[in-house]
Amino acid sequence: MAVRRFDIEAGGDSFEFAAETEDKISFWLGKYPEDRKRSAVIPLLWLAQKDNAGWLSEPAMREVAERLEMPYIRVYEVATFYTMFRLKPVGKHHVQLCGTTPCMLRGANDLKEVCKSKIGKPFQVNESGRLSWEEVECLGACVNGAMVQINDYYYEDLSTDSLAEILDKLENGVDVEPGNFVARERSAPEGDAITLIDSALYDGSVPTGISSLPNMPSEMPETSLKAAGKVTPAVKKAKSVKAEKVAAEKAVKAADEMPEESETQKRPEAAEAPSKGAADDLEAISGIGPVLAKKLNSLGIFYFSQIAGWGEAEMAWIDAYLSFKGRVAREGWIEQAKELAEKGKS
Amino acid sequence: MLEDKDRIFTNLYGREDWSLEAAKKRGAWHLTREMLQCGQDWICDQIKASGLRGRGGAGFPTGLKWTFMPKEVKDRPHYLVVNADESEPGTCKDRDIMRHDPHLLIEGCLVASYAMRAHKCYIYLRGEYIYERERMEAAVKEAYEAKLIGKDNVHGWDFDVYIHHGAGAYICGEETALLESLEGKKGQPRLKPPFPANAGLYGCPTTVNNVESIAVAPTILRRGAEWFSSFGRDNNKGTKVFCISGHVNKPCNVEEAMSIPMKQLIEEHCGGVRGGWENLKAVIPGGSSVPLLPREICDDVLMDFDALREVKSGLGTAGMIVMDNSTDVVKGIARISYFYRHESCGQCTPCREGTGWMWRVLERMADGKAEHSEIDMLLDVAGQVEGHTICALGDAAAWPVQGLIRHFRHEIEERISNYRIGKPLVQGASVAAE
Repeated sequence: MAVRRFDIEAGGDSFEFAAETEDKISFWLGKYPEDRKRSAVIPLLWLAQKDNAGWLSEPAMREVAERLEMPYIRVYEVATFYTMFRLKPVGKHHVQLCGTTPCMLRGANDLKEVCKSKIGKPFQVNESGRLSWEEVECLGACVNGAMVQINDYYYEDLSTDSLAEILDKLENGVDVEPGNFVARERSAPEGDAITLIDSALYDGSVPTGISSLPNMPSEMPETSLKAAGKVTPAVKKAKSVKAEKVAAEKAVKAADEMPEESETQKRPEAAEAPSKGAADDLEAISGIGPVLAKKLNSLGIFYFSQIAGWGEAEMAWIDAYLSFKGRVAREGWIEQAKELAEKGKS
Repeated sequence: MLEDKDRIFTNLYGREDWSLEAAKKRGAWHLTREMLQCGQDWICDQIKASGLRGRGGAGFPTGLKWTFMPKEVKDRPHYLVVNADESEPGTCKDRDIMRHDPHLLIEGCLVASYAMRAHKCYIYLRGEYIYERERMEAAVKEAYEAKLIGKDNVHGWDFDVYIHHGAGAYICGEETALLESLEGKKGQPRLKPPFPANAGLYGCPTTVNNVESIAVAPTILRRGAEWFSSFGRDNNKGTKVFCISGHVNKPCNVEEAMSIPMKQLIEEHCGGVRGGWENLKAVIPGGSSVPLLPREICDDVLMDFDALREVKSGLGTAGMIVMDNSTDVVKGIARISYFYRHESCGQCTPCREGTGWMWRVLERMADGKAEHSEIDMLLDVAGQVEGHTICALGDAAAWPVQGLIRHFRHEIEERISNYRIGKPLVQGASVAAE
């Protein structure tokens, strides 16, 4: 296993998805059950990496965590586990050179020397900022070794000369089409084709040659199949993430979803929304994350002193509101808030 | 040589158009509704009768695997997950299926999902296959638009296919690690039982199949189980896509009948070994995880599950890595050990520590900087890693090392002796086991 740590300094402190990425995010979220948003973490991190010049900064990971309502640490965990997430800045063209045995047998070690002389050490961005490289494990194009992946696509059947030429071109701002760099068709053997040359395979006679299925059962079983030919295109448009966020916020504010007040349950008093930046950072309380902090804000809770002042009844109300089953007490929010409020005064 | 008319992947090299219309002309999506009408049991029975064994490496009978799913859908939905996380060194067959014959795969997903009463299927591609992913997304879109899949499709079985991707972890090719990854976690394998057929994706009944196993299913049903089982020896039926890389004149992917002699495969399709058959040193026959075979065995071994097992190797994924006499075979295996060290998920100690240990020792042995006794120690450690981990990555890391020592021990010994001739012997210094 590889130990991978992220570059805190180079990451700055903010990240935003590009506007055109929003549609892609909605597209990915549409693939998983509503309550399994987390499944989209790898695709979203990948999109974030694309929007962040090819590497993942810590604020980018945080943004993904918020979109998926995941604790930050779970996203860090994923980002550091999977090696395609690059945790340091890379060049405009990042070269991933396959060094595993099949490619090694076809000269990958010589290609490494080319990269070293043209670019420098692995993971080091060259002076112009255009190139960087690393050695990776098997890229799954073994019959086309030696090969590299540059940004998204594969450059196959490389020699030291052809790789040097590609790198020179990229360095000089000339794009290079990916594909085979010897005369051959993708994974077919070089030279004249000896297989898949029968034209009858491609003239439509294959399906017409089979009029019914062989081995059909003598008695067709009952199936739950629907009748054929019912064509009613119902294109379900995925809600955009932003729309979903707004809806969620509205729902939180809606008073009818709030628990009833009684002797044992009392809604904590709300404070006036403070001007920006004047509120306490509620996330300092262990147990409160970004999502909860927002929810509390929406209830008019902005300061440690407010939480510190809660009694049993308020605590019970909050528990019921967040359907927490006693977490507020268990995590000692009130005690923590008291402490933090004290600190704030001194 | 397998005749062209008996090939399933007729667009393996992408000479023709991949898209729906051309795929239909080549026979895809033909009589699919009829297949479904014959019922779930019929489909499973036919696949069983065809003798199809899983193409992802383990070779488990595919039809049988499908029958492990619950017979009725209760409160939890069923899922089919297609393992397209092709990362085994030496293997690149699924890539060609996905970029050039994507509709065979999508059709297979529908048929297999129906057989397992699943309405949803995820295809998990490895992250690096970006081109292949774009192609699959485009093909899925075509299939939706033609109402071949989706809600109220022409086949009468509501069915959704989703493309998902990973981000560069070999371990996610292990089925439970793949499910973890698909759930948005680190790809660390789960303990079995429970098996995925009981509790898989999101805790629901799930079957994980390799791309090739799924993609051949519709053609088997269309042409008949007997047709498929007319190729290969008993228990090793069908056709198979082989990947031949390394020191051959023309490395390539090719679909051939199972049980083809290795020598014939290399000579007919790959223009022979570089420098002639006599120049062959060793072949890793089934992806980096299986033990290598020296030339004496390669001379007449057949390429199928049982024949390769008899010579203490395996068919695996049928990704053959050919090495000629110029190869430093110890370095070659050391590089494979480095691969496993890099890809170990770190969950089990024998693998986390053992893979790195084996790599470091092999690197020294490649230079001769080792003790003779360390060869046996290495074998012992490999045996300690093997079988003592949650998943098979530990085994996969141990087998190449064991194969190397089994067949090329003399070479390692020679290297250690030669290294000592040139240098004064300092007992114990710098060669102690790490």
